[in-house]
Amino acid sequence: MQIAKIIITCCLALTGLLAGTAHALTVAERLALAAGDNDQRIAALARVVAVGDPGASPFLKSLLDDNVKLVGNKIFVVDAGAAINAATGDHVELPADAEDVVNNNRMRSELGAAIAALDLRSPDAAVRLQAALALRQADAADSTFALVVQAEKTEQDKKIQTILAEIRAGIELHSTDVVLRLKAARELAASTSAEMRQLLVGRLEPGGEADPEVRSAIATSLRALDQRLVYFEVAGTVFTGLSLGSVLLLAALGLAITYGLMGVINMAHGEMMMLGAYATYLVQNLFRQFAPAWFDAYILVAIPVAFILTAIIGMLLERTIIRHLYGRPLETLLATWGISLILMQLVRTLFGAQNVEVENPGWMSGGIELASNLVLPYNRITIILFSLAVLLLVWTLLNKTRLGLFVRAVTQNRSMAGCVGVNTARIDAWAFGLGSGIAGLAGVALAQIGNVGPDLGKTYIVDSFMVVVLGGVGQLAGTVYAALGLGVLSKFLEGYAGAVLAKIIVLVIIIIFIQKRPQGIFALKGRSVD
Amino acid sequence: MQSRRTFIKSMTAIAASVALMTGSLTVLAADSKEPIKVGILHSLSGTMSISETALKDMALMTIEEINKNGGVLGRQLEPVVVDPASDWPLFAEKARQLLTKDKVAVTFGCWTSVSRKSVLPVYKELNGLLFYPVQYEGEELEKNVFYTGAAPNQQAIPAVEYLMSKDGGSAKRFVLLGTDYVYPRTTNKILRAFLKSKGVADADIMEEYTPFGHSDYQTIIAKIKKFSAEGKKTAVISTINGDSNVPFYKELGNQGLKAKDVPVVAFSVGEEELRGVDTKPLVGHLAAWNYFMSLKNPTNSAFTKKWADFAKAKHLPGADKPLTNDPMEATYIGINMWKQAVEKAGTTDVDKVIAAVGGQKFKAPSGFEIEMDAKNHHLHKPVFIGEVKADGQFNVVWKTSGPIKAQPWSPYIVGNDKKKDEPEAK
Repeated sequence: MQIAKIIITCCLALTGLLAGTAHALTVAERLALAAGDNDQRIAALARVVAVGDPGASPFLKSLLDDNVKLVGNKIFVVDAGAAINAATGDHVELPADAEDVVNNNRMRSELGAAIAALDLRSPDAAVRLQAALALRQADAADSTFALVVQAEKTEQDKKIQTILAEIRAGIELHSTDVVLRLKAARELAASTSAEMRQLLVGRLEPGGEADPEVRSAIATSLRALDQRLVYFEVAGTVFTGLSLGSVLLLAALGLAITYGLMGVINMAHGEMMMLGAYATYLVQNLFRQFAPAWFDAYILVAIPVAFILTAIIGMLLERTIIRHLYGRPLETLLATWGISLILMQLVRTLFGAQNVEVENPGWMSGGIELASNLVLPYNRITIILFSLAVLLLVWTLLNKTRLGLFVRAVTQNRSMAGCVGVNTARIDAWAFGLGSGIAGLAGVALAQIGNVGPDLGKTYIVDSFMVVVLGGVGQLAGTVYAALGLGVLSKFLEGYAGAVLAKIIVLVIIIIFIQKRPQGIFALKGRSVD
Repeated sequence: MQSRRTFIKSMTAIAASVALMTGSLTVLAADSKEPIKVGILHSLSGTMSISETALKDMALMTIEEINKNGGVLGRQLEPVVVDPASDWPLFAEKARQLLTKDKVAVTFGCWTSVSRKSVLPVYKELNGLLFYPVQYEGEELEKNVFYTGAAPNQQAIPAVEYLMSKDGGSAKRFVLLGTDYVYPRTTNKILRAFLKSKGVADADIMEEYTPFGHSDYQTIIAKIKKFSAEGKKTAVISTINGDSNVPFYKELGNQGLKAKDVPVVAFSVGEEELRGVDTKPLVGHLAAWNYFMSLKNPTNSAFTKKWADFAKAKHLPGADKPLTNDPMEATYIGINMWKQAVEKAGTTDVDKVIAAVGGQKFKAPSGFEIEMDAKNHHLHKPVFIGEVKADGQFNVVWKTSGPIKAQPWSPYIVGNDKKKDEPEAK
């Protein structure tokens, strides 16, 4: 047994060695891969994979990256601006009449699968893992079967081996041998991948599996797989709900201060968010122009810039206009609405009416794949964390600092606070500035997930008021519960009723709720309920 | 009684002579070198400005070009630009203003079908002339409108046929995803009937709509993923319009839904809409149009160069990366065809121009000589299907061998076989 193992290992090592030193593709083989119709090219690709020569991999990669050009029957590979004649290996000027080799989705997925199959022999475990994952996603073709079986046998890494076993079972599911099919169907019960699910469902279709025993094995595996996927699906909905909730929370937090605590019906709140988003845009442009190497960090600078800018504008507004209107809600409403129109037009004049482009930093694109049906995008995770950080900031400011104490004092009893020596006018300005600044922070976050245009504020103002009123005016905790609750509720409804109907249902629920409980989820005495 | 009758008679005579005189006056005016006013009716703000602003600029470029070459009938063109702000009733108001106050000879404008539907009564009532440059759902044929975009059989149907072909991935299940208004609803109605005729069951079709300006596509992407995992190859047909496309494609990329697994073919997404989206994760997703910027032919090279120079000279936003797209090409064709028709008719009179537009030919940037159908007010157009490349351009993976005739009345809607392929006579 031991000896046999050694012999096999030796043989495999030998083939590996041979493969490593094997010559790259011949010109004729390359031409067959690059020219002709897709069926012929795929057939040529299958031949290359059957040989299993890793030397073919670089050429396949340049094909996939659209770096291969054709002039008649001559092949050129473009590499970092220079063209290499595939026949002679000379560096040459790319002829002007060179034509791109066009790969469509079908061709690209075949190429990707072929590269992945060849990569299974890579000495680097990370590359092998990627290759195995790619191969599983690619509906592995039968031509890769030999490579997969061999790789599964030699693979030391358990995780990669499991994936390879799954791929092998997936291919064996189509085998002509009933025993093999049955074994494969049972093995696939352990899978969590949507691709394998698709395979299993496909076999159950009429014209698929004929053998009743295999059919029932497939159905059993399918049930086991589904059960696992269901948990991820619910987790996914909760996550998207929390992510929407955190956006709502960010949008409403500033308003919870200016409207909730101070009682100013602040219609310009949305425009503060819009200004925050434009501040992000400006910072991004500065980075792009002056520090492209640091581009991914622009958002860290945008956060304080947006906060300070909108806070200053908020304080200016409070000092010049809003302070004259305390206690006159209707006039405040009209005045702040006017301000919002002025700000919108100002931005339109400065930046144009079209949306501006805010690019996500590189580290915010993509996501963590927890299961085939649950991907947590980095930008959503970042925004959830960011909104929690802002919430913590606001809570600390209001409850742990002198300023917060004064704000609460002035909110609860203005004249008494004034009597004991609190400068109420200055506190008003600071509090309004804080509320506006937080709206600016929300703008930074919104710029990462949505469109940045002069109308950005309009989209969120209704939602913000909804959250604050629902949560209970004058209560931070209420705002948090309302935002997250609304987020999760809308996402669950969207899953069943669609986006349009979900929006309507949510509004109806809120109307009914406010009818029954006008003070919101939580109620606290504030200036507005005096 | 007698005197009254003579009075009426003489009044009629006076009125007639006055009419004659004004008539000859307009003829005089036509002979003079006074500029011809041309209306441009595109949203320059709001959710549709992402798409429509470029059409306004393209119209201005074409007009500038015509003026440089001596104008139309020896007269210069004078563009009148208005902004209906993605607000459908405002479209009607602005259209009325263009026709009654500015007295434009022709209008180039609208993108969404809902905006076109809202200006239609105005153009019919005041007998105006509208060139509409965007692909749409068909089901309309008006005397006062020329449609230079595609009808469903010139875009939607070939795209779905491609998805069902071997090279398109042999899709068996379809998600019809759109913005909630008339164009996506009607297109999806046609597509559903078409898919049924190809043997696709109702259970294999999922229809989803979102409001205008929708920005949170997390649930919808999750739903698409779930639907596609339920078996058989799935493809998404997107009729999402306006700036919602940016969050949609961003989410698509972030959630790792690859074109190889679930291809998305879009009917309202071109080069311009993908500006500002990281297209690397989107490689392979598709769009069907009658023109792509990446087409290689001499007419297109000249066209894109003209546009790049214009964008640079006018300091347009995005001039550092000038992009052309299908509706821009359609705008360009439309204005030039109108010019040719006016020259043929020898006047800007709406009825005479309408009669002259049919049968006009124009060498289009798509590389084909495009012809306006003699009767049905639509262009004969070639169809291209392109895949998104990493640089935001499109790789043409399928095309028709030549221009095909538009079918504004889709045969897949019941009752359309009785409708005439030309506008109702007044």
